[in-house]
Order: sequence, then C-alpha cells, then structure tokens
Amino acid sequence: MVPTAYYLVLAAMLFSIGIAAFLIKRNVITIFISIELMLNAVNLTFVAFAHMWHQVSGQIFVFFVMVVAAAEAAVGLAIILSIFRTRQTLNVDEIDLMKS
Amino acid sequence: MNPIPWSYLWFIPLLPFVGFLINGTLGRRLPRVVVSTVALLFTALPAALVAWLWKTMCATGAPSSVESTIQPSGFDWINITGLHVDFAFTVDHLTLIMLAVVTGVGFIIHVYSVGYMAHEEGYWRFFAYLNLFMFFMSVLVLASNFLLLFVGWEGVGLASYLLIGFYFKKTSAANAGKKAFIVNRIGDFGFLLATFLLIAHFGSLSFKEVFATLAQHPEWQQQGAHFLPAIALLLLLGAAGKSAQIPLYIWLPDAMEGPTPVSALIHAATMVTAGVYMVARCHPLFDSSPLALTVVAVMGAATAIFAASIGMVQHDIKRVLAYSTISQLGYMFLACGVGAYTAGIFHLLTHAFFKALLFLAAGSVIHALHGEQNMRNMGGLRTRTPITFWTMSAGVFAIAGIPPFAGFFSKDEILYRTFTSSNPLHIVLWLIGLLTAGMTSFYMFRLWFKAFFGEPRTRQNDIEVHHGAHAVHESPWIMLLPLCVLALLSVIGGWVGIPASLGGNNGIEHFLDPVFANGTASEAITATGHGLELALALISVLVAVAGFYIAYIFYYQKPGTAAALAERNKAAYNLVKNKYWVDEYYGAFLVTPLLMFTRLMELIVDSGLVDGSGAAAGATTRGLAWIERKQISGNIRSYAGWLAIGAAAVIAAMIFGNVMKGHL
Repeated sequence: MVPTAYYLVLAAMLFSIGIAAFLIKRNVITIFISIELMLNAVNLTFVAFAHMWHQVSGQIFVFFVMVVAAAEAAVGLAIILSIFRTRQTLNVDEIDLMKS
Repeated sequence: MNPIPWSYLWFIPLLPFVGFLINGTLGRRLPRVVVSTVALLFTALPAALVAWLWKTMCATGAPSSVESTIQPSGFDWINITGLHVDFAFTVDHLTLIMLAVVTGVGFIIHVYSVGYMAHEEGYWRFFAYLNLFMFFMSVLVLASNFLLLFVGWEGVGLASYLLIGFYFKKTSAANAGKKAFIVNRIGDFGFLLATFLLIAHFGSLSFKEVFATLAQHPEWQQQGAHFLPAIALLLLLGAAGKSAQIPLYIWLPDAMEGPTPVSALIHAATMVTAGVYMVARCHPLFDSSPLALTVVAVMGAATAIFAASIGMVQHDIKRVLAYSTISQLGYMFLACGVGAYTAGIFHLLTHAFFKALLFLAAGSVIHALHGEQNMRNMGGLRTRTPITFWTMSAGVFAIAGIPPFAGFFSKDEILYRTFTSSNPLHIVLWLIGLLTAGMTSFYMFRLWFKAFFGEPRTRQNDIEVHHGAHAVHESPWIMLLPLCVLALLSVIGGWVGIPASLGGNNGIEHFLDPVFANGTASEAITATGHGLELALALISVLVAVAGFYIAYIFYYQKPGTAAALAERNKAAYNLVKNKYWVDEYYGAFLVTPLLMFTRLMELIVDSGLVDGSGAAAGATTRGLAWIERKQISGNIRSYAGWLAIGAAAVIAAMIFGNVMKGHL
C-alpha cells in the first residue's frame, strides 16, 4: 500500500507547478489551465486524507470542487472569449485596466 | 388720543422692499414697462404715505421730537441682560423732513431713470437696486435707535456699492464701488465703536432713552466725562465716511462712475446727507461736548473750501458736481458744528432739490451728447437743449446763492449762524464759508458757461457725423418733467425758511424747534437785531455775484484768461488740478504699506502656516501611500505573485510555529 505522504508530495508538486505556471505564463488560457491544475492538486489531497482517515466527507468535498470548477470553466472561458473579441489579445500583460 | 395709525409707518420702507423683491427675482423675465411700473408704483406709494403722514401729524399736533414721542410701533429685537433693543420706528419733525426728501426726490429720480436708463442693459437690476436703496434709506431715517439706524446705514452703503459698480464690466466702475465700500467701512468702524460706548455708558441704544439719560446727568458734562466727546467724535467719524468729509471724502468723486440718476439720488440728495442727519439726530450728544462741536465745524469748513477749490478746475461735468456736493455737505456740517442744526437741515433740504436737479440736468446733457462728460467738449447747448438749459440754470442760481433761489436762504442762514455763534473760531469759519460761497458761485457758473454758451466744440461735431445731423437733441419728456419739478422746488424751496429780517417767518425754524430745542436757541439772534443779518446777506450775495462775474469774464467774455492764469501759476494749478494728490498720499502712506503688510501676512500665515500644514499632511499621506501604490500595478500576475508570497509566508509561519512547539 502506498503511504499517504506520497500522495501529498505529489499534490504539493502539482500545486507548485500550477503556481509557477500561473505566475510565469502570459497566455490567459494557459493560466486558466494552471488554475485547474491547482484545483486538482487540492482534490488529490482531499482524497488522500479521506482514504487515510476512512471518512467520506473529503470525497464529497472533491465533488463540490469539481462542480465549482466546471462552473468556473464555463464562466471563465466566456470571459476569455469576450476579452479576445474586444482586445484581440490574450496576453495578460496587456489587460491591465485595473491599474490605478 | 392719538389718531395716527402708526402701523402704517411700516409700509414706508416695506413697499420699496416689495418692489425690490419683485424686480430682483422676476425682473429679468419681465418686460421693461412692467419693471418700471413696479419700481415707480412702489416708490410713489411711500411718497404719498409720507405726504399723508405729514398732513396728519401737523393737523393733530402729534409728538414732534424724539424726546417726547411715543414708540409708535415695533417689537423686541435684542433682549439680553443689560441691553434691550427694539425693532421700532419713530417719527418727529426731523424724520418727516428727511422722509419727504427721500421719498419725494427719490420718486422724481425714479421717473427720470425710466427715461435715462431706457436703453441700458440690466434695466431690471438697476430698478431693483434703486428700490433696495429706498428701503434702507427709509429704515435709516425712521429708526428709533442707534442699531436700527446702523442697519439702514450699512444697507444704503450696500445699495451705493451695487449702483456705483452698476457697469461692473468697466474696471474703473468696479474699483470705484470697492473704494466707496472700503472707505465707508472706516467710518462704520467709528460708528460701531460709538455704539459700544453707548451701551457701556448708557445701557441703551434708543435715542429717547440715551438723550433722557444724558439730560438727567448734567454733572457728566461739568466734570468733563471723557466718554461724551469720545462718543461724539466716533459718531462723527462715521458721519465723515458716509457724508464724504475730510479725511474720508475720497470715495465720492470716484462714485460718479455710477449711472447719473444714482449720483443724483444717492451721492447728492439722500445717502450722503445721512451723516448730517445723524449728527442732527444725535445733537444732544454733540451739544454736550464743545470739543466735538468745534471738530464738526472745523471739519465742515475745511471740507467745504477744500472740495470747492478742487471743483474749480475739474473738467468732467459730474466731477465738478461731486466736489460741489462734498463742499455743500461741508457747509451742513459747519452749520451743525456751530449748533445751527436747523440751518444744516434746511440746507440739506434745499441742497437735495438743487443738487438732484443739477445732476439730472447734467445727465440730460450727457444723454444729449451721447455719453460725453468732458466740459471742454461741450458748449452752445443753450439753443439745442433749451429745457435742460433753463432748468439747470435754476439749479445753478440756487446753489450759487442768488436770491430768491432756494440756496440763498439756507446758505445765508448757515453763514449768519456761523458769524453769530459762540464758537471762538466763528469769524474764521465765517470767512471760510464766505470764500467757499464765492468759489461755489464761480465753479457753477464756469460749468454753466462752458456747457451752454459759446460755440459747440469739436467732439460735438463728431457726434453729428456719427449719429446724423440732429443727434444732439433734447431729452424725452419723461426726463424733462422731473427736471421741471425740481427746478420749481429749487426756486421756491427756500421760501419755507425766509428769515424774519427779510419779512418771512422762518417756517422751517419753527417746524424743527421741538427737535432742536436744546441747540443754541434763537435768543442770541434777536439780540443782535436784523441789521447784521441783512448786512451779512448782502455780503454773501455780493460774493456770489463776484463769482459769477469772474466766471463770466473767464469763460464767456475772454475765454483764454483762465488758461493763461493757470499757465502763470502752474505749480498751484497742478496742485489743485491733481486734487492735492490726496489719493496719491493715501496710496503711498496707507494703502501700499497696508497691502505690503497683508502680502507679508499672506506669505507667512496663509501660504506658510495654513497652506503649509495642509500640504504637509497631504505629503505624509502620499508618502505612506506610495508603498502601497507600488503593488497596485493592474497586472494580474503580480497580484497572484503577492498572493503566493503571502500564502507561503503564512504556511511558513505555521510550520515554524509547530517546529518551535516541538510537534514536528
């Protein structure tokens, strides 16, 4: 049986890759995918702990996260589409209207 | 017992105020006919009311002086411990004369303005201000206490300021308005201090109570209480400001920037006489201090001759009249100063008639010449504007003191009273007055000859080139009719005060007797007999005729004489021509140092302390905000980066904390 720590380390690695990609990449879609990666890393931790403590609540959390992630993907992609239509770019460095 | 319904008094000031409200708020949208109808109606009604009041009061023998009058109407205004002020009006014979002048002459000038201002912009504004002035002036003369008097006093100052600066797009007019207001502030300062002293020493501001208290304490005067002359002199400072006397006369010549009817109403007939009225009204205070009385007389005489000398060399027709007004006001103060209050008020009355007439006639001349005010460019108007000429002649003869015109009787009364007064300086004052009378006659006839006789001078022909052959024409009847009424008054107005020596009964003297009963009474006069009075009258007429004759030679017979004389006495001529450089002295010794001090204070206190502390607070906030601001880049990834660093820091802290506790 694989120890729980292995899962956690894997999840931490996935999460760090997600953060790194989020910070480094300029393309909005790539950033979007890296967010999904981070969400799934968290899912993995939930499942790992649920298995370790023999409790279902962790797995139910995962379902919730998946539902929210699906909704978020729908909304997020729609936003990305409309941004592209108005600004003809997906480079986040150029989308800085919030700058004070 | 008293058949006069005193509550009608309230309508005298309130009606013009209603006119002001209507024209002031709606006037912009109303047609001109409506504006002038409203303005005329709401000044005609008070005039009628005053006439009715006069008739009723004389018929019923109602109280005729402040001391004996009942407080007709009013309500509590200020009621605190140690001070009670009513918002109340009072009427005595002095008030009646002032009211008649204010509402009567005021109404006549309103009629004239309808014609004079017909083509001006801001027609409604003009009449709104004029009605506002009538309101405050009525309050001033009706007031039963010093504080209400002060309200009217300030109010007419405001109206004067607004009307001097009526053509506010002209810098000189706007500046003249400011000058009038600021110079008057100095006088008002004196008035206010006097009011405070009255509160401190009399505990009341009502004329009736103050004068009663004064009469109950003759020992104050005997022991030489210092506050009596102080109050009188401070009041005099206020009067000097309002009535344009030395040293505060400088605003009146500049006030001629206003429209001519304003000069006639405010700066000749009514407002500027408020100072004389106030001195006469407070005569018990002045009588109680020989020092103050002497100052009044000397100030009046000095102003009279000083202004007359300047008036002799001015070329602007309105400025000649302005200096003449200052000079005549000086006469009134001279009369008050020698205790002849009746003579002062008499001169105030006749002066209101003939000076309003002179200003309005001058306005008619200016109107005929399309705005020309320089007398060097006039001439020969006698045939072109005959009615203006004849009416103005009445005014000129009246002010010059030629019998039987109005000015002769009042001026003569003043000179006679000065001569016979108990003041140690009386002969000197009389000589100054006599000399001034000659100068007055000279400069008025100078104006008369220059404007109406001789050949039409250059500028006039320019007008005909520009405006057609009949451009120089007589004014419309709505302007001429007031002139005729005032001319009539200038001729017969003095007959109310024909002295006994000339077979009259000196009606005005008896009329005002109840008011000035405490003044230098007429016993001294009967003692000296009528011969002296006649001799003095003869002398002053001779002096007036001499003035006429010199003007005749200088400006009619040999027109070059005056210029040659000026050339020979260049230094003296320039001194007078430049008004003794008084404006320049004031500018150099008062205004400039004051401005420099203000600038310095502005630099240190305003720019330095006030602005500085504000700027420092702002800079601190900005400096602190700079740190935060750097993070608000608008870049999503930088926000995410900060978020990640923060999360990492929190996790690191938690792990570190657990390590320290030994859990790991």
